[in-house]
Amino acid sequence: MNTPLRRLSVVAFVLFATLLASTTWIQFASAGDLRADSRNARTILADLSRERGPIVVGDDPVVTSVPVEDRFKFQRTYTDGEVYAPVTGFYSLVYGATGIEGAESRLLAGTDDDQFFTRFADTVSGREPRGATVELTIDPAVQQAAWDALGDQRGAVVALDPATGDVLAMVSKPSYDPQSLAGHERSAVVAQWQALLADEGDPLTNRAIGGNLYPPGSVFKIVTAAAALESGRYQESSVLPGPAVLDLPQTSAGLPNSSGTACGPNEETTLTDALRISCNTAFGFLGMELGGEAIKEQADRFGFDTDLRIPLRVSQSTIPDDLNEPQEAQTGIGQYETRVTPLQVAMVSAAVANGGELMQPNLVRRVVAPDLDVLRSSSPTSMGEPISPETAAALNRMMQTVVSDGTGRSAQIDGVAVAGKTGTAQHAEGQSPHAWFTAFAPADDPQVAVAVVVESGGTAGDEASGGRTAAPIAKAVIEAVLAR
Amino acid sequence: MVTVSEHAPRTRRNVELVLLVLAVAISAGAYGLVGAGVNGEWPAQLYLYGAGFAVLSLVVHVTLRLRAPYADPVLLPIAVAINGIGLAMLHRIDLARVGNDDFSPLAPRQLMWAAIGVGLCTAVLWLLRDHRVLRRYTFTAMVAGLALLALPMLPLIGTEINGARIWISLGPFGFQPGELAKIVLTVFFAGYLVTQRDNLSLAGRKVLGLHLPRGRDLGPILIAWMASVGVLVVERDLGTSLLFFGVFVAMLYVATERVSWILIGMGLFVGGAVIAWRIFDHVNARVAAWLDPFDPAVYDRELGSSYQLVQGMFGMSNGGLVGTGFGRGMPTLVPYSESDFIFAALGEELGLAGLFALLCLYMVLVQRGFRTAIGVRDGFGKLLAAGLAFTIALQCFVVAGGVTRVIPLTGLTMPLLAYGGSSLVSNWIIVGLLLRISDSARRPAPAVQQQPPDAGATQVVSLGPGASAGTGSAGPDDDATTNLRKGGSP
Repeated sequence: MNTPLRRLSVVAFVLFATLLASTTWIQFASAGDLRADSRNARTILADLSRERGPIVVGDDPVVTSVPVEDRFKFQRTYTDGEVYAPVTGFYSLVYGATGIEGAESRLLAGTDDDQFFTRFADTVSGREPRGATVELTIDPAVQQAAWDALGDQRGAVVALDPATGDVLAMVSKPSYDPQSLAGHERSAVVAQWQALLADEGDPLTNRAIGGNLYPPGSVFKIVTAAAALESGRYQESSVLPGPAVLDLPQTSAGLPNSSGTACGPNEETTLTDALRISCNTAFGFLGMELGGEAIKEQADRFGFDTDLRIPLRVSQSTIPDDLNEPQEAQTGIGQYETRVTPLQVAMVSAAVANGGELMQPNLVRRVVAPDLDVLRSSSPTSMGEPISPETAAALNRMMQTVVSDGTGRSAQIDGVAVAGKTGTAQHAEGQSPHAWFTAFAPADDPQVAVAVVVESGGTAGDEASGGRTAAPIAKAVIEAVLAR
Repeated sequence: MVTVSEHAPRTRRNVELVLLVLAVAISAGAYGLVGAGVNGEWPAQLYLYGAGFAVLSLVVHVTLRLRAPYADPVLLPIAVAINGIGLAMLHRIDLARVGNDDFSPLAPRQLMWAAIGVGLCTAVLWLLRDHRVLRRYTFTAMVAGLALLALPMLPLIGTEINGARIWISLGPFGFQPGELAKIVLTVFFAGYLVTQRDNLSLAGRKVLGLHLPRGRDLGPILIAWMASVGVLVVERDLGTSLLFFGVFVAMLYVATERVSWILIGMGLFVGGAVIAWRIFDHVNARVAAWLDPFDPAVYDRELGSSYQLVQGMFGMSNGGLVGTGFGRGMPTLVPYSESDFIFAALGEELGLAGLFALLCLYMVLVQRGFRTAIGVRDGFGKLLAAGLAFTIALQCFVVAGGVTRVIPLTGLTMPLLAYGGSSLVSNWIIVGLLLRISDSARRPAPAVQQQPPDAGATQVVSLGPGASAGTGSAGPDDDATTNLRKGGSP
């Protein structure tokens, strides 16, 4: 009987080998898919029952996990939720996580690979695991100033430190309170979510870095001017044609100035003056002279058409290819199909302010483990030099004239040289234009670069312009930075 | 090769003692880690618990020293370790459920059943001096086994729980007689087959290289088949049905060495399974849940949903390679994580590594059982040991295979591991029987020896089929007198 016994023992071995294989299949090979299944409550339940790390702005946490007496043990709690929502995002049992809550979720939860040894030590010592603290670059005073200055208008504000790329403020309105989505009662969370989705103000969209991108309008003239200076064919004092209406080839339509008048005597203007008074015809002319290729190339060096994470994902600002001449002229003044995020506009100003070097925007200053071990620390990272130092200096001077004696006078600050550019972007028939303003200050030692967009003219409506509507907001943000 | 070894065969009881210390340490350690993982501190009763486990183990160990000194030294430590890991997991599930409305802790009850099981295992070793005694009760065992199987079908005491009518209630206690029937019927199969094997293996025609049995010899397998189909139909217990029939066919094969029995058995099983699948809704639902568990229609439906299966897989995936650690997973999200799905619960908290270790423990346990079957000299012992070992293997496969989607899910539990008094007690009795048989297998031959074998070939052959019991003139029990220590294991 021993032969069949041996065979039977082999059968038993095969049975167990099958189990080893099937167990491996579930726990290793297909584990990722199983964890990602939306019916698997474990992933988020596990995070919820762990003490998620706080998100700190300045010296104070704006998001914390507070112990509660329910099955999840901790309640995510947001301070000034609406003000910081575009930065922090939400953390929901039902809808997952966005913003920093989403981008740094694993670090906050303590499940990042970097935290392996901490976890191991916690397991060995039986300590409750805790997530890491994420410290942001946001300055609470600047954030609050931007929030207050934007008022009840729809739009966004982004403020950068030009030398480091640190995001000092990022505001988007209308906003929402992430607290309303952080509840542990599923039905209540679903109801809140439905209400936010139904809100025609689209509060869940972070207008500063995403959503439906904006046409930049005249703030794009900084890019066109940069391309002109970089080409070597133009200087600040170069004389350009500046008629009331620029004749466009291949079409009967012309490109008019918004004032309806010429930009200077003899229908001529200099490059500096063209920027100062935002002369459409001169920049339309430049657009055709430089060509779509050169402008796109310049824009791309400022960060257009590039994937960017700060670490929140930033929508790509885009500029079209293969333009005909009228489209080149439109593109030269920031119309046609060019689309930008407010962050991208702030990056252009920041690069000018920083002597031509563009720093990678960044929201996270440090990530600190519960044992105060610094897991990550940001260091300024260059994205290259979109313009030469000479071009940057020239643009700096030109942009100062915009504020001192041009369309951006409402951004003037006593005793501080402010450099800026207005924009008033047409975006749809019958709707008021978007009001733009971007600036940096002090011009000789820039501490902040800012971009402001007020959708559809804000409270000013048809009367809105970048200078009147958006510049005061930028001024308030700059003052908040300089008051530090 | 030629000389029969003269030095005294070693009992290996000290090896067993060392392994037992390890097994108790694993059990107590697991229990301690549960407390540490869930509550952040070592449980207060840890020493008491460890001491209790040590005492239970020592009782069996001392019994073995006195009553079965040559018993296999690995069986007991493995059984203790598996039982201990299971208890730790139950304790962990208890801690997760503290505060629930109808909470009553499982671990203390399981510990009580473990004590009873160990007691019965000890009793087997004390009272049953020679396993061959059991052969006298072959037909008593048949009657008892069938009666046990039929008990849940009786009115009054039979109870239906979760659609399976496999319980009887005796006052406050519920019991699954099927678990005991498993042992009793294995005794019957062994006794019956050892007598009938000549008929079953020699008679019949050869067709296409395959020995086919005579028509009238098909009787027993048909009866076993009908019994298992009966269990399936009346008690709605897929697992037990599959287990009985599988063990019977395996033993039939061992007894007859005829592959044809396996083919016939598998044919009958597949036929029965297909018919059951076509006719019975609950079988059909189980198969659908097995084939397409992630289909929302299957997952969300009221009856026969794949919810439990899928939740178990979620739990296992959550464990990954090394597991979340005791207390860090969420095994209670899976229904019946204490019994049917304890395999998934362990997978979540101990990871793939933990399950590999566990499956290896079972595998070694089973292989030691087969080793015993190969080593023991009498045919009855061989069949009984093989039957019991294969029962453990097949039961593991049916349960864990169900949880990991190798086969449709059935209602059995992991031997020695899962919550359930009947199962735990029965498996400890199986361990006792295997220990008893292994003692005979490894015991040195009687002092009066036959002529020493004259050629090395004899020894080689003696391990092979040619010299195995019953193929020659030697009767089933006669080969007990052979002087060769077969299967003397290290």
